Amino acid sequence: MRHAAIEYTHDEHQPRGLARWLFTTNHKDIGILYMLFGLTFFVVGGLFAELIRAQLFQPGQHILAPEAYNQVITLHGLVMVFAALMPVTAGFANYLIPMMIGASDMALPRLNNWGFWLLPVAAVVLVLPFFLKMLGIGNGPIDTGWTIYAPLSVQSGLGVDFAIFAVFLLGASSLLASINIIVTVKNMRAPGMTMMKMPLFVWSWLMTSLLLIAVFPALIAGAAMLLTDRHFGTHFFSAAGGGDPVLWQHLFWFFGHPEVYILLFPTAGIMSQILPTFARKPIYGYRAQVYSYWAIAALSVVVWAHHMFTSGMPVGGQLYFMYSTMAISVPLAVLFFCWLGTIWRGAMTFETPMLFALGYITLFGIGGLTGLVLADAVADQQYHNSYFLVAHFHYALFGGPIMGVIAAAYYWLPKITGHMYNERAGKWHFWLTMIGFNTTFMAQFFLGAAGMPRRIPDYALQFTDLNMVSSAGAFVLGAAQLLLLYNVIVAWRGHGRPASDRVWEAAQGLEFTLPSPPPYHSFTDQPVIS
Amino acid sequence: MLNPRRLSPGAAGVCAALAPALAAAHNPFEFQTPVTPIAHETLHIHDLFLTIIGILFSLGMGFLLYAVIRHRRSRGHAPATFTGPRTPGQWILVALPLLALVFIDYVIMGIPAYHAVVAMANTKEGATLVVKITGSQWAWRYEYPDHGIAFTSSLATPREQMESGSPTDPNYLLEVDRPLVLPVGEKVRILLTSTDVIHSWWMPAFGIKQDAVPGFLRESWVKIETPGVYRGQCGELCGVGHAYLPIVVEAKTAPEFEQWLVQARSAQGKMSAEAAQTLSADDLLARGQKAYQTSCSACHQQNGLGLPGAFPPLAAGQGFTATPEMTEELARRGFYHEGKIVLGAVEQHVDIVLRGIAGTAMPAFGPQLDDVDIAAIVTYERNSFGNRSGDVVQPAIVSAARREVNDRETRKEASR
Repeated sequence: MRHAAIEYTHDEHQPRGLARWLFTTNHKDIGILYMLFGLTFFVVGGLFAELIRAQLFQPGQHILAPEAYNQVITLHGLVMVFAALMPVTAGFANYLIPMMIGASDMALPRLNNWGFWLLPVAAVVLVLPFFLKMLGIGNGPIDTGWTIYAPLSVQSGLGVDFAIFAVFLLGASSLLASINIIVTVKNMRAPGMTMMKMPLFVWSWLMTSLLLIAVFPALIAGAAMLLTDRHFGTHFFSAAGGGDPVLWQHLFWFFGHPEVYILLFPTAGIMSQILPTFARKPIYGYRAQVYSYWAIAALSVVVWAHHMFTSGMPVGGQLYFMYSTMAISVPLAVLFFCWLGTIWRGAMTFETPMLFALGYITLFGIGGLTGLVLADAVADQQYHNSYFLVAHFHYALFGGPIMGVIAAAYYWLPKITGHMYNERAGKWHFWLTMIGFNTTFMAQFFLGAAGMPRRIPDYALQFTDLNMVSSAGAFVLGAAQLLLLYNVIVAWRGHGRPASDRVWEAAQGLEFTLPSPPPYHSFTDQPVIS
Repeated sequence: MLNPRRLSPGAAGVCAALAPALAAAHNPFEFQTPVTPIAHETLHIHDLFLTIIGILFSLGMGFLLYAVIRHRRSRGHAPATFTGPRTPGQWILVALPLLALVFIDYVIMGIPAYHAVVAMANTKEGATLVVKITGSQWAWRYEYPDHGIAFTSSLATPREQMESGSPTDPNYLLEVDRPLVLPVGEKVRILLTSTDVIHSWWMPAFGIKQDAVPGFLRESWVKIETPGVYRGQCGELCGVGHAYLPIVVEAKTAPEFEQWLVQARSAQGKMSAEAAQTLSADDLLARGQKAYQTSCSACHQQNGLGLPGAFPPLAAGQGFTATPEMTEELARRGFYHEGKIVLGAVEQHVDIVLRGIAGTAMPAFGPQLDDVDIAAIVTYERNSFGNRSGDVVQPAIVSAARREVNDRETRKEASR
């Protein structure tokens, strides 16, 4: 083995330019493509968010017509979930997992290339109706909200058809990536790397992949049914033909609720890479965290209808979905306990990744705890589709996954590029993000409690003050993210000081035994874990 | 929450000046003032749950901050090496918070939640009045089946307010032409459905948000404690008019409500009488303009030019492209020729408004508008936006068309 591996590295020449990226089967190249794609769409989705907050800055604004507003909120949701967050976490998975488990590459490299290149196609399909509208065809992109509820989505324009095909492509891409990760983790671990010795990030992505394979098909099936309802005379979602509009909601949320954990898991894993490094202390409760991942994954597929408490459900259904949802709080609490246990009595320093990790615990804590409140089937009548809900899921999805991937970006950026980012800019980024984010979304909790519905382009006067506060916060939050771009460029262009192999004083893991940046093919010798 | 209507004008002025400060002083965590048993219950749950999660969050943050302050390297703290609980005492310390969480979930939070769910579901017992609510794009239709009263309620905020860019109307976007009137102190059973997409009837002061699903009946109930005017909005995205679908309920005392019932019944009778008579062109045009603004202008626009690609213009001669479902159907009905809108026959015009165009965004207005309104709208449309047909469409034509549609549907039912 040793001999062959050495010859392999000697033969390291690779195609240059565009061809390298188009045809690459290298897990690091594909990881970088995923991350850049996600970063790009993080900016796009962020611009959509700023448009929304500009429209809502005060009542009576006409920046966006109601129809355009509905398109913008829909694209904001779809882009952030499918084109920003999922690709970024998949990028970290591709880049890091083979190194973390001591493998030479992903198990199925060509599939890996395919999985990525489906994404840009899906993104183009999703936004194409916007350009078609300019040519006078159709009325623009999908405008049904990212939940695509029937029968509105049956009635709506051709943007929905394009979104359906984008979902097909995204589904194929996610399934390919998931299969690849499962096969890699199962078969390519270095000698001695038992399942229970794997870094928690690898565990978290194993769970993510299993969940994706379990639930994405439900969304694909639903989207196919929607397509036939729209064009081929079926009546899955129409009562007139014996169907039921609420069936769509079941299919969507059977996918949609686990999707929250699909976004969350990778960053929960990231926490357990970052916290021990900066606390200079081993992970607390490794086994407990692995078992919690399993418990959360299992519970996440049996609680979906808590998104549908107002759609009309029998008492038994309400009680079941309420109590099963509350059960998720226990394994999640275990994770929080372990994160706190990891930093407890450590010797902490507060570099940017650590700050974002601590921010993650704080903000995602609020997201999780308010979720417990939303689990109440009757009180949910006040929260559902109000700004309280909007604030809750932004605390859960920005406070969790986005804070997590930003922490990961700062943590591994020096490893990937070989250069440090600007620490002072990083700290500013963190504090402005915290201030901007909490201003934006704390105000929205109050708006929701006061009775403001979501997805409206204009609102009653009693909501004016809090909306202004929220918008002001959003502008700060948006501007702060430019510092992330700045830092990525600083590290990428090599303006920062060179990073050592270990990058962080107490960093653990196989990726930190390699040079920064790591060679094109990671290990010439397969490492052996004792 | 403060009710500005109860305050004197002077106090209201001071109040307006201090509004932001007062809003901050008033507990912003609270819902709108509850006026039904369910709303009281949800507020109680809300307060209880927020207190609990507040304590849990403070505890978590307390540990986090303590660690961040004390266990930092700059204070020379040497890192420990433990990786989990080892002694029985530590295991107990670990298990305790988790057991406490289970207790909070299923006892402290779970029991009140159970009671609320059961109370919410009890829509029939003791109900003295049934109200049927039908959502549509974009108006609510309210029916009192036991009293033969039915009417449509839609946004009444003046157009100028919405276009001014700086609205000042205190009930901006929360005003309707005809509010739902309900008695105080009586249990009212609410049945909900929809004619097109899913809407949601959300009244914060009642603690109720129930989806109206097309083709199905959903139910809920209220028992209002205090007379007054209560305002809410649609709670489920239902297309471009979603923000413009307010709900207003006027709660009256029992005698006042009885009085209102009598008045509403006689108004209903007058309306059927009106439908039987012939109205002047001017009357129809004036009424048509008003009805057009409430029911049609959200899509076809105030100026009748529609929105390119989505909502056809009404002005003949205007160019328009859209999905084949839309253009082919318009052409079949004589309203579309060679990429342009043309003015088709009166019967087709009435039929489109009555039954809508299946598979497109054009809803059926038959269930929500009466014959006079539909006749007036068709008359108005045929004599505005550059259309100069001179047609005057009388309510009798609409009622005849409606009868024919009903007969056809009955025959279809029978032949099945």
